[in-house]
Amino acid sequence: MFDPIWKLALGLVSGIVFGFLLQKGRVAKYEVIVGQFIGRDFTVVKIMVTAVVVGAIGIYALLPSGAVSLHIKPALWSGIAIGGTLFGIGMTVLGYCPGTGVVACGEGRKDAYVGLIGMFVGAAVYVYFYSNFSAIAGAWGDGGKLTLPSSTGTSPWLWIIPLAAVASILAWVGRRREKVLN
Amino acid sequence: MKNPLKMKSWPPYVVGAAIGILSWFTFLSAGNALGITTAFETTAAICEQQLLPDAAEANPLFAKKPPKIDWGWMLVVGVFAGAWISSKLSGDRQAETVPTLWADRFGSSVTTRFVAAFGGGLLMMLGARLAGGCTSGHGISGSLQLAVSSWMFVAVAFSVGILTANLFFRRKSQSHV
Repeated sequence: MFDPIWKLALGLVSGIVFGFLLQKGRVAKYEVIVGQFIGRDFTVVKIMVTAVVVGAIGIYALLPSGAVSLHIKPALWSGIAIGGTLFGIGMTVLGYCPGTGVVACGEGRKDAYVGLIGMFVGAAVYVYFYSNFSAIAGAWGDGGKLTLPSSTGTSPWLWIIPLAAVASILAWVGRRREKVLN
Repeated sequence: MKNPLKMKSWPPYVVGAAIGILSWFTFLSAGNALGITTAFETTAAICEQQLLPDAAEANPLFAKKPPKIDWGWMLVVGVFAGAWISSKLSGDRQAETVPTLWADRFGSSVTTRFVAAFGGGLLMMLGARLAGGCTSGHGISGSLQLAVSSWMFVAVAFSVGILTANLFFRRKSQSHV
């Protein structure tokens, strides 16, 4: 029923840092999340892409030493296609994603609390009808725990280095454009 | 210089890099990746176990993933606490019920906004559980591991998000120009 206490404590501490960072990143705001989708505000993409590049470099550098292992989610094709679609609609209407929704509650936003109740009811519906939902998620088959390098037989660095390069160029172009606009 | 903990915002690249480093820490310390929605599933499953034990008995979810209060559950508690601490330190507290952008388009009715927030949250969670993750679990943790499932999720969710947001707000935002 419970993880050992040290693991619970690590989860709590990691969560406090994560929530603190997301709050300082200003992503628990309707205008910032929806602003990304209508191309007015690029905060979400800046944070996500930087986190992915920095995270990928560290995890793939540590991987050969055995200090970390990968936790890949299976490629359940229909689950991702249908789930991603529902997620995109729901996130736009609510204006927060699950993590930033919890952050928005921490900030005191009342609509986020209502969204959180909706999220809980969504989880309850999923759990209650688990058999039906897992049949939907697996309807087009399960590709397994694929990664971009494993499925193409390439080195992970062949993906990480270009990704880092593209991210840096985008950041540089973005800064120049922002300077011109200001 | 002002105490950074009391600032209302940090540059997005700093926040992003710090989240990347935080994921090194979670992989190294607990063998876990950042993710939010599994904790909601866990809570719902524990409720079903307590309130509807017969339904839970017949539900294959419980044999596959016996619910427990784990690292990921405490992570969500921490996210709330961390956001609360950060916003208290900087004074960035938001008691807003209807966001401005929403009010411009859909009016300032609290009921409408709450119904939409409830429905949006419900749909979003169903989607996340079907896909196996959210903006954190797939978007950040999965993408940084170069998972095919996660890159596909981000592509689908963001494309649909862009489409939906433009349906809602396009005309309105153009009329401002």
